[in-house]
Order: sequence, then C-alpha cells, then structure tokens
Amino acid sequence: MTVESKKYKWVGTSPVRPDGNDKVTGRAKFGADLMLPGMLTGKVLRSPHAHANIKSIDTSKAEALPGVKAVITSADVAELESEWVPAGELQLNFRDLAHNIMANGKALYDGHAVAAVAATSAAIADAALDLIKVDYEVLPHVIDVEEAMEADAPVLHADMFTDGVTPKPTKASNIFKEVDIAVGDVEAGFAKADLVVERSFKTAPVHQAYLEPHAAVASFSEDGQAELWCCTQGHFVVRAYCAKLLGMDIADLRVTASEIGGGFGGKTTVYLEPVALMLSRKAGKPVRAVMTRDEVFRASGPTSGAASWVKVGVTNDGTIVAGEAILKYQAGAFAGSPIQPGCMCAFAPYDIENVKVKGYDVVTNRSKVAAYRAPGAPISEHAVESVIDEIAKKLGMDPIELREKNAAREGTNAAYGPKFGVIGFADTLAAAKAHPHYSAPLGPNQGRGVASGFWFNIGGSSSATVNVNEDGTLALATGSPDIGGSRASMAIMAAETLGIEVTDVRPIVADTASLGYTFLTGGSRVTFATGMAVIEASKKIALELRERAAKTWDISVDAVIWEDGLAKPAGANAGDFEPLTLADLAAKANQTGGPISSAASLNAEGAGPGFGTHICDVEVDPETGAVKVLRYTAVQDCGQAIHKAYVEGQIQGGAAQGIGWALNEEYIYDEKGRLDNASFLDYRIPVASDLPMIDTVIVEVANPTHPYGVRGVGEVPIIPPMATVANAIDSAIGIRLTELPMSPPRVLAALDNGS
Amino acid sequence: MNALTYESPGSLDEAVKLLAAAKGNAKVLAGGTDLLVQLRMGMIKPAMIIDIKKIPELTAINEENGGYRVGASVSGAVLGEHDGMKAAWPGVVEAFELIGSTQIQGRASMGGNLCNGSPAADAVPAMIAADAVCTIAGPNGRREAKVEDIVTGPGQTSLANGEIVVDFLFPARPARSGDAYLRFIPRTEMDIAVVGAGISLTLDDAGVCTDARVALGAVAPTQLLLQDGAAALIGSKLDGAAMEKLDAAARAACRPITDKRGTIEYRIKVAGVLARRAAKIAQQRAEG
Ligand SMILES: Cc1cc2nc3c(=O)[nH]c(=O)nc-3n(C[C@H](O)[C@H](O)[C@H](O)COP(=O)(O)OP(=O)(O)OC[C@H]3O[C@@H](n4cnc5c(N)ncnc54)[C@H](O)[C@@H]3O)c2cc1C
Repeated sequence: MTVESKKYKWVGTSPVRPDGNDKVTGRAKFGADLMLPGMLTGKVLRSPHAHANIKSIDTSKAEALPGVKAVITSADVAELESEWVPAGELQLNFRDLAHNIMANGKALYDGHAVAAVAATSAAIADAALDLIKVDYEVLPHVIDVEEAMEADAPVLHADMFTDGVTPKPTKASNIFKEVDIAVGDVEAGFAKADLVVERSFKTAPVHQAYLEPHAAVASFSEDGQAELWCCTQGHFVVRAYCAKLLGMDIADLRVTASEIGGGFGGKTTVYLEPVALMLSRKAGKPVRAVMTRDEVFRASGPTSGAASWVKVGVTNDGTIVAGEAILKYQAGAFAGSPIQPGCMCAFAPYDIENVKVKGYDVVTNRSKVAAYRAPGAPISEHAVESVIDEIAKKLGMDPIELREKNAAREGTNAAYGPKFGVIGFADTLAAAKAHPHYSAPLGPNQGRGVASGFWFNIGGSSSATVNVNEDGTLALATGSPDIGGSRASMAIMAAETLGIEVTDVRPIVADTASLGYTFLTGGSRVTFATGMAVIEASKKIALELRERAAKTWDISVDAVIWEDGLAKPAGANAGDFEPLTLADLAAKANQTGGPISSAASLNAEGAGPGFGTHICDVEVDPETGAVKVLRYTAVQDCGQAIHKAYVEGQIQGGAAQGIGWALNEEYIYDEKGRLDNASFLDYRIPVASDLPMIDTVIVEVANPTHPYGVRGVGEVPIIPPMATVANAIDSAIGIRLTELPMSPPRVLAALDNGS
Repeated sequence: MNALTYESPGSLDEAVKLLAAAKGNAKVLAGGTDLLVQLRMGMIKPAMIIDIKKIPELTAINEENGGYRVGASVSGAVLGEHDGMKAAWPGVVEAFELIGSTQIQGRASMGGNLCNGSPAADAVPAMIAADAVCTIAGPNGRREAKVEDIVTGPGQTSLANGEIVVDFLFPARPARSGDAYLRFIPRTEMDIAVVGAGISLTLDDAGVCTDARVALGAVAPTQLLLQDGAAALIGSKLDGAAMEKLDAAARAACRPITDKRGTIEYRIKVAGVLARRAAKIAQQRAEG
C-alpha cells in the first residue's frame, strides 16, 4: 500500500486534546484521587539497609495500636515458582516480583519493602510503622556494576549461577546471565581497518522521574472479588500480576487505570498494587496506598547504571569494517536488566559486516530496574555514537556524512538478526544535514554535536470498542492507558476512518472488565497496535452502517457505500436516495436492528523500526564547568504523525529527559549504600529554564504495515541526546567525556586535567 | 498523636510572649517555605506554630536616613517591586529573588532565610556584604546585631529563646556604590547554592575602590565575611592583579565539605570564580 499519496482530513493535524481541560483545571482523577467509604490508609515500612538478613519481624505492637486494621509481611505473600514471562520489552520473574513487593528473608536495597500496614488515618499508619520491630543483620553491599562482578563481591542471591555460560558455573555470583551477539568476524574486520578507536564509558542509573508517584486504591469484597484503581501503563498487566501474586482468578479482579501523570516505562510493573490488595483482603476495607517521592526514588525502578566498552574500526574512506562492544548493566536487586535490547541496539543503525557484542546482566544492591523509554538502548548507543563521533573527527569527516556512508537502509541485515524493511534513518540524516541549525555559526566556548538512535518499536495485543450513541456521536474505548496522547490519536484514527468530525468521537480508557485484553502502554506500541484495533473496529462500524442504510432503503448492502461520513446509494442505485448521516442512522437504529456497536481485538505485527538524529549546540563555562544547551534540534522518522503536536511533544520530552541524563541526573549513594538524593531537589532533572525550545523535524517514511503508516514515536528521542551532548562538549573544549552525568564538577575536572 | 497549635499574634509583644513561654517547643512561621518542608519530613516536631506575618512591623519597608528598614517577613515578591531597594541594593534584591520559584517568592522572607541557618541561604551573603543590621525582639526587649553574627552553624543561630528577628536595616549608600550576588547551581533555578558570593563596594571618582565587603555562602558551616577579600579590592581599580588576589582570598577562606551537591575542590575553585565575577558586576553598578 502506498500511504504517502493519501490526503487525510484529520491524520497529521493537532486537534484539541480530549484530556486537556480536566488536567489543566485539576479535575482529572489520578491514582491518589479516588476516595471510597471507610477507606484506610496503607503505608509501607522499608529497609534502611542496602543489604541485610531479616532475622525477625515483630508486628505485635503495631497490630495492637488502635486504628490499625491490618499488618502484612512476607509471611502474607505466597511463595511463587521462579518463572520468566515476557513483560513488554523486558522479562519478568514472578518469584522475584513477589520478593520485590515484600522482602523475603533478606532486604536487598535501601527502600526494599519489609512490612505494610493499613490504618484509619495516615498518622496512625505512620505510628504503626514505627512500632514494627525488624531485627536486621547488616551485610556487606555492592552497588557499582563492575564491583558487583568481582569474584569477592558480596553475593545477593545464593542460587544465582550465571546463565549463558557453558559449563554452567558452580559458584554463585551476581552475574545473572551473559548475552552474546555476533555476525561476521570482528578480528578479520579490525585487521582491515585503517583506524580503530576504543573507549570505555560509564553511565549513572537514572529515574524516569514521572511527576505522579505510584498510587493504588484496592477494595476486596467478602466474596473474594476485588477492584483496583491505580496509575499504571497497563491495567491488564497489573491484573495478571496481582491475580498471580494473590492467587486469584483473573475474573475476580477488575482493574481501572486512573489518569496517569507520566510513566516512561516505570509504571509497567507493580509495587503498591498487590500490597494494597493484600491489606484490603486482610482488613476487609478499601485501602489506599500512595508513595512519597522519597519512596518513588528508593523503591521503584530506575534504569541501569552501566559500564561499557566499545571498539570500532574504519577504513580511510569512512567505511566501518568492525564494531565490538562489552556491556555491563545493573539489574538492581533482581535479575532482568535491559541488557538484551542494549546489546541488540548497539550497532543497529549501521550496516557493518562484522559485529560482536557481549552483555552482562548484573544484580546489585539497588532497587530493581524498570523499563525506561527504549530500555537499554540509550546506554549502548551512547557509547557507540560517541566513538563514531571520535572517528569522524579523527578522519576529518563530517559526522553526518560518516553516518550516511554506513547507515542501515532497506534490505540491510541488522546486526541483531533481521533484515530491515522500509526505514527512514538515511532520511533523518539528510534532514539534519539540511537543517539551518547544522550550519549556523558558533561562538567561543561553544560546540556542536550530532548523534543518532535506533529503536525497534513493538506491536502486540490490543482491543477497542466503538459504540454509536443515539445522537450519532461515538464512544470509543480502548484498554491502553494514555501516557502520551493516545486518546487524541485514537479519536483521530476513528474519525478519519469513518469520515466524521473528530469532536464527535469521545475516546476513553476502559477498565479490564469492559473490553478485550490489551497489553500495556509501552514499546511505542499504542498508536500503532491499539490504533489498528481502533481502525478495524471503525471499519466494522462503517460496514454495519451500510447494512442499516441498505435495510432502510431496502437495497443490497453492496449497493451502499460509506463515504465522507455518509451512507450513499451506489452503483445501479446511485442517486436514488438522500445520503444518510451517522446521526440519521443512529436515530433509526432500533428500527434497523438495535444498537450499533463493534469490537476489535488483534495482535499487531509489523511494527516499524524508528530512527532519529539530533543536533545540539552547547556552551561550556571554562571556569565552572557548567554546560548550557544553546540550541537543540531533533529529527525523527515517525512513519506518519497522527496527532502532530503530540508527536512533537514526545520528541521534545524524550530529548529533555536525555539531556538530563547527559548533564545532571544520577543516583548518589552514601558509604552505607543508602540513596542520598531521593528528592527532586538533588535528583536534578532539567527545569524548563535549563533548556532551549527543542526544535523538532518530523520525517515521514510510512510503515507499510499500518493503514496510516504509523511507526512508534515515544522511545527513539531519548536515545541520541547523551552522545549528542557529549559530542558537542567535545567540539567545544576538545575533551571527550566518557562518564555520565557530565555534571559541572566532572567537566571542570576534565578541563583542569586536560583530558 | 501530638497536637499542633497555630497562633497568629497581631503584635510583637504577644509573639515574643508565646514563643518564650513555649520554651523551645514553638516555631516561628514566616513564609513557611523551610518550616513546612521540615515539618512534613518529620525533621521538627513543634507543639506550636507562631505565624508572625500578621505583625505589621515585620512586613513593612520604610526609608530611614537614606537607607531602608525591611521587615523580616517581607516576601521576595514584595521586595522585588520596591524601587528604592532595587536602586540602592540591587545585589540584595537579586539574591533574595533567586530563592525558589514564583510560588516560593510569594512567601519566602529574608528573616526565614537567615534564621533557618542554612550555610547555602542565598540572601544571607548579600545581606552580610551590605553590612545589614538586624533588630531582634525578645523577652528582655530589643537589641541589634550584625547579620553575620546570627548564624552560628548549620541550622543554628545566636538567637536566644523567645527572640524574633524584626527587621533589617540597609544603610544609606555613598555615591558610586554597587553590590552584586552570584550563586552557582548545576541548573538554572530550583536548586541549592553550591557556592554563593556577595560583594558590595564603593569607588572614588577615579574608579579606585575605597570600601568593600566580600561574603561567601555554602563553603563553610556558616556564611563567611572575608577581610582579605575586601583588602584585595580596596585601593585597586579591580584590575587583573586585584582579581587574582580576591580569587586567592576566596579560595583560602573556604572550608567546604564534599557532599552530593559538590566536592571540596570544586567548591573552592568556583568560590574564587564567583567572587571575581560578582566584584565585576558590583563595579559596573557602582560606575552606573
Ligand atoms: C521549592 C523551594 C525552593 C527554594 N529555593 C531556595 C533558594 O534558591 N535559595 C535559598 O536560599 N533558599 C531556598 N529555599 C528555602 C526557603 O525558601 C528560604 O530559606 C526562605 O527564605 C525561607 O523563608 P520563609 O519565610 O519561608 O521561612 P520559614 O520557613 O517561615 O522559616 C524558616 C526558619 O526561620 C525561622 N524564622 C522565620 N522568620 C523568623 C524571624 N523573623 N525570627 C526568628 N526566626 C524566624 C522559622 O522558625 C524557621 O525555623 C527554597 C525552598 C523551597 C521549598
């Protein structure tokens, strides 16, 4: 299907977002905003130690405190088998999940939940937490990924014997698994190279820093059924996890996704949700639990800190002949870092004959990592894109031209396996090179950097229902929590498909009992996959409307077409009847067969890979090491923008988070392994005044498998910024910084040392 | 659960009486932008909160002998619109206005900034450089003290039980005077100073510095008043040599710690840089 030539009425425009008004006025109901009669306050007691055996927990005094209705510990959590299941872009182990929501025998990080209470007020709940006596035996801890890999490092799990190594080790270690990817022969490749650059990099763990803390309201009935309200990226997934953790039938748990104040991958797992359910089950009352910001930083998952080594060889004409990398990712307290996608993405933007990547998934005494926008990719691609920049500078070649020379194109065999279909990487490079930003003059202490990024994007299971209301307006429901504007995009796709006004479509996110299974909002899948379900459900409505018109006119359905929002007689009957609007047909629905509705469920395949290229200008203060981002342009192939302003917002937001990752964000631990900056004061995400307006360029190389050409958008834009900024700093001061964040003290130290 | 009572006396006498009677179990509330945060974090557990914003003297700004007397609870938003103070003491006003955001500016006071006792408080180095004097009311009547004598350590002040800071007197300015405050933070706002430098100086007609006060913040347990820093400037035209001396004096005075906000080496180095830069801005302002 050629998609570019189509003229759209709504696709690619930016109508007013359906969720905007209530968010601006404060009327929108987020996770903590539901109040139920008799509701209790749930609070969690957390380990103050990075690593400790829990010898005993005495909850008797807390239970005796008037107003306390339930106390739980790991004794209330069923032990589950170690079982890995796919969880979006990552994998999840139910036994570990159970141990993460409530420490079992051992506290593995500062902030690890050890007990929880439900009480009639927050003050009583706090007092009850103070009355719980936990007897800890503090153990040596390890946080740095490379230290955790050393032979004499404190071991977190006595039953962890590295996977992916033959023979399987007999000594337990913190290395959960090794990953190997190889194509061609890197040794032979490097032998052909005229220039080889190798570098080691370190990146700090960074948090998604969503504005809304985790929150859940659970209500268990006496008959064993329960309702859960929470802010999540996937309420169907929450339902599955909680049912498993509580030993419930899926049918007995109904989960409603509240409005969500950001997720970025961090709300694809559960923390408070099963705990609130367990407290409610025990107390026989509804329970609301809300994390403080301190708890969000200490106990929910950021992404990995990592150590990387990258080696790239080129011939003098700029052809990359070999690429090699070793990547070591922190998983946090339980196995499952994004090492696999990290390894797969490292060299993915380039057509390289010889590639070898080795990855390590390493547990350390910090909170278990969760997905964060393109999990794993920003870390490995930061290292590779930094080395590519260094090569361009050493060859005296323009960094975009070097990338163009090696860019993956349609038909290129990706280093991680498949052959690329239609992709727009080269188009982003061409657009970046042609952008006025790329040739604008620079002043003293200023430098410009460029870097690119690749992400797979995914499809998966989605459902949608469409109900035609009595007046001809549409109720559109999907199961995809809206973290990036999906309701607006869904309304656009339904309106486009049916040829009606976008304001006649009311999109909502329905609960788990109201429509078919829908996998979580992640992997940049919703506009693509849920969009396909919406388009299919809308097409079914169009067919149904033709049938109703046919009935009304008493002609064959084949003689009715649906066009521009109207049922029209066609063929032999063309012009015989006045066309009928949706409102006409809705008004007559009862005479023609009853209410008009449709549902579609599908497993979307054929997600289109995404590529982006960013340009950044910085100015470095040579006396303080402060880096100011002067200008930033992000170019991305989006396939087809559905809601244009939202797509721009996704690109800008990803770039802003990446700039924060580059410059100031990091987890800081004290010598006892306790997190020292668990607040927005000292965990420094960029504030608005730190950033220039981020300019976006949307390239549209349609994804042929989607009716409107959609590729995912949300993840690619966080990949290029770290290297883009590092490359710009290198251009400004002639020093390559290899450790993130490139904070003022680190930049000043580099300036002082001259390296 | 302990109860927390709230009082909002209309006069200083009443406030002092309440505060003294509480014997350390009461806390004065001005803007509350430090106090409420500490309350919520469980760092303090007072039995009584005494709101002093209803006391007229504490929220007034009056001209006095060519200088200005600024109530201890005047907010940043109000001072930032005071033409007299902006003209006479732009460095003090800019330091105060750096605090927090628009929302915080509507509440935050210089009295609170000082009495909270943070070594990183932004208004304090500028007030010390300005040679501001505060009036203090207590059970034994009123006394005066220089701003640099109030903070004795992180979170600690020389105020006795029952004492409240009433106002700050910013003296009249000789001709050709200027002041400036600069802080370093890794971001552009909403952050705590890693280093702060406040400088006030007076030039003669030839541009020679005749008087100067140099203060640093966030580089020691309390704000520092640098005699050597002043000496580096006085008698000079703020030429390269004087700037180097000032830089060295600033670095020598620092006794910082390494913490999550900055290392010792970094703070020392940047203290010298900011002192030089603030001096140059003060000089430009003095030259008009
Ligand atoms: C988001 C945010 C950002 C901030 N940014 C900055 C910043 O950039 N720079 C900075 O320096 N600070 C900052 N602060 C801290 C705070 O805003 C300032 O220190 C402010 O000046 C405190 O003034 P206040 O009137 O709110 O004090 P309050 O919180 O009311 O009081 C602070 C302390 O001083 C005592 N006190 C107040 N007035 C008197 C008085 N007249 N006599 C005796 N004791 C008194 C109180 O009992 C309390 O112990 C920030 C705070 C927040 C919440």
